[in-house]
Amino acid sequence: MNQPASAYFMEEQKAPNESHTLSVLVQNEPGVLARVIGLFSGRGYNIESLTVSETESQKHLSRITIVTTGTPMVIEQIKHQLDRMVPVYRVVDMTLTGRSVERELGMLKVRGTGEHRIEALRLAEAFRARVIDATTESFVFEITGNSSKINQFIDLMRPLGLVEVSRTGVAAIGRGAEGM
Amino acid sequence: MSDKSHDPNQMTGAAMIVRALIDHGVQHLFGYPGGAVLPIYDEIFQQSEVEHILVRHEQGAGHAAEGYARSTGKPGIVLVTSGPGATNMVTPLTDALMDSIPLVCITGQVPTHLIGNDAFQECDTVGITRPCTKHNWLVRNVNDLAKVLHEAFYVATTGRPGPVVVDVPKDVQFATGTYHPPRKSDVHISYAPRVKGDAMAVRKAVALLAGAKRPVIYSGGGVINSGPEAAKLLRELVDVTGVPITSTLMGLGAYPASGKNWLGMLGMHGTYEANMAMHDCDVMLCVGARFDDRITGRTDAFSPGSKKIHIDIDPSSINKNIRVDVPIIGDAGNVLGDLLQVFKAEAGKPDLRAWWAEIAKWRARNSLSYKKNNDVILPQFAIQRLFQATRGRDVYITTEVGQHQMWAAQFFGFEEPHRWMTSGGLGTMGYGLPAALGVQVAHPDSLVIDIAGDASVQMTIQEMSTAVQYELPIKIFILNNQYMGMVRQWQQLLHGNRLSHSYSEALPDFVKLADAYGCVGLQATKPADLDGAIEEMIKIKRPVLFDCRVAALENCFPMIPSGKAHNEMLLPAEANDEATAEAFASGKALV
Repeated sequence: MNQPASAYFMEEQKAPNESHTLSVLVQNEPGVLARVIGLFSGRGYNIESLTVSETESQKHLSRITIVTTGTPMVIEQIKHQLDRMVPVYRVVDMTLTGRSVERELGMLKVRGTGEHRIEALRLAEAFRARVIDATTESFVFEITGNSSKINQFIDLMRPLGLVEVSRTGVAAIGRGAEGM
Repeated sequence: MSDKSHDPNQMTGAAMIVRALIDHGVQHLFGYPGGAVLPIYDEIFQQSEVEHILVRHEQGAGHAAEGYARSTGKPGIVLVTSGPGATNMVTPLTDALMDSIPLVCITGQVPTHLIGNDAFQECDTVGITRPCTKHNWLVRNVNDLAKVLHEAFYVATTGRPGPVVVDVPKDVQFATGTYHPPRKSDVHISYAPRVKGDAMAVRKAVALLAGAKRPVIYSGGGVINSGPEAAKLLRELVDVTGVPITSTLMGLGAYPASGKNWLGMLGMHGTYEANMAMHDCDVMLCVGARFDDRITGRTDAFSPGSKKIHIDIDPSSINKNIRVDVPIIGDAGNVLGDLLQVFKAEAGKPDLRAWWAEIAKWRARNSLSYKKNNDVILPQFAIQRLFQATRGRDVYITTEVGQHQMWAAQFFGFEEPHRWMTSGGLGTMGYGLPAALGVQVAHPDSLVIDIAGDASVQMTIQEMSTAVQYELPIKIFILNNQYMGMVRQWQQLLHGNRLSHSYSEALPDFVKLADAYGCVGLQATKPADLDGAIEEMIKIKRPVLFDCRVAALENCFPMIPSGKAHNEMLLPAEANDEATAEAFASGKALV
């Protein structure tokens, strides 16, 4: 008889999580962001970062950039679930295409005097962060780059009197001449 | 008055709603009035093209519309008021979403200037129904209403069908604006479901099927949703290839139960032969089903040796639970047509004699057997007798949820699609009675039977009043064992026989209840009385509550204990205490 092996000799497969950046082009209409976020919370998907803004006001199009993590099967699901929503035009996996640039903007408030203050300025220069507000005892730095660069800058500012951080989340765009 | 008053397309929002229903060929809608929909009800009063069925609870309207939709292939229409009217619709909307049933639900809303003010009977309807609809809309401007209504019909009925909600504030219903008949530009250009399957994938599928030694077809509700043509093509494919076929709960009737290649339903309470064929097959063709956990059992042990082909209109159904080798995104009927054409042109009928011989051995285990009893009515026996008594009649079956539902699926053979209405995905107790109403409205001269349980039926039993009002002769065939049978079965199997709150201490006298509602009550307590009582029930041209007293402790087998594989089914003959305890020892945490 052609009997397959028992189920119990099988190892449960648990693929490792991957981080993916998805660009989602949507109709800019009331509730569209709630639909996208509701999908993630309702189905238990992760959102690491999310940015959204209208990008083509004539056509009422908004672009949502989502950084999410999951097994390859879950990432595949997320893309299909997003794509079947009525107001969603396109979903592009920027990580899979491999040809995209990602940027994030961070603003950091650092408070200190003396050596700390000078050191903070010196590091800001090295990271190409700009001073966008200053008092005699504080700076607000603006820094742009990929997320890991901003993480690194934040880590360095922490012992120098970091007060607070505001970040935009990741925006991504494909390289080359073609649109998404 | 301006010239506009003579323009026939100038009308109030409320009038637009009724006009849109007429333009979409709607003949019946189910609803319940309230403050925020009074202008629409006023319009309904003044016309005769659309008939409104007044239910007793909004949930009843929703399930009735589902029954209507499933039995006709047309969308079911619901009209309810704001606040509690809308929240009472959440269950039927979720049910319809899970089972891919097209519903168009119009809800009233408080006037736009009151939205967000916690006004009387206000709730965030689009917020609440967002996760339980395919799409929903709040219409703030009367001039958007026609477009939204037409789009709502389109979205509900195309692609993978599903429920939609259009929330219309009361001031928008009163306001006057411009109506237009349905047109293509009403729909979001971002919404374009794929219907045609990829030709390369179809060829791959044919090659797999033609070369298979142990193939099986596993069909689902998608074949029914695709329309009668899809079921015809499925039958032809089975004939041309000679492949055995099984189906999900939702797909029953697409292939006739009397057909020679029929294996019976698969899954947790499916037949042994269907589940073993799924487990041991080398090529699986899944058409319009979604590898639900009630079907697959343990996913890592699901059909380990097979190449899987999956036809589905919804790309998100592909690779969701089970990795497949050949995905084909498209409408079941459309893809089956292509598949059949290529198969006929390029492949011959494979030799499956060895495979059928193996299947014959599994069939011989007789997994649906039960011990006959001359003293008490066994529920399986009751359904078999009901099935026999309805042969040669134009019959539609609905069910509630629980043991009776599984027995109905096992013992009532369906020959045609659209004849079987049951809550599959959501498992909604209380579905069957109002669904039967909807079916009867659509098919006034047919025999419509709700195979019910004593617990489920009480969840929506108030709709008997609707049946009496509209003279809808539905038959509620209650398998009364005084328990929530499936709950009790799980408590016996998984929770040390501690029957926590699964016994109904104070059941109503269903015969007297029927009398109180103004319909007919019948009762059968002995196997010998059953046939006569069923015959009487069928003859009565009024709604009937049939109290069929069945064995209290009968359980539903065969069964795949949850967390187990298809080849680890528990058969009725082997389900003694020890074997059961063993089989269920590790599955407690699963649903």
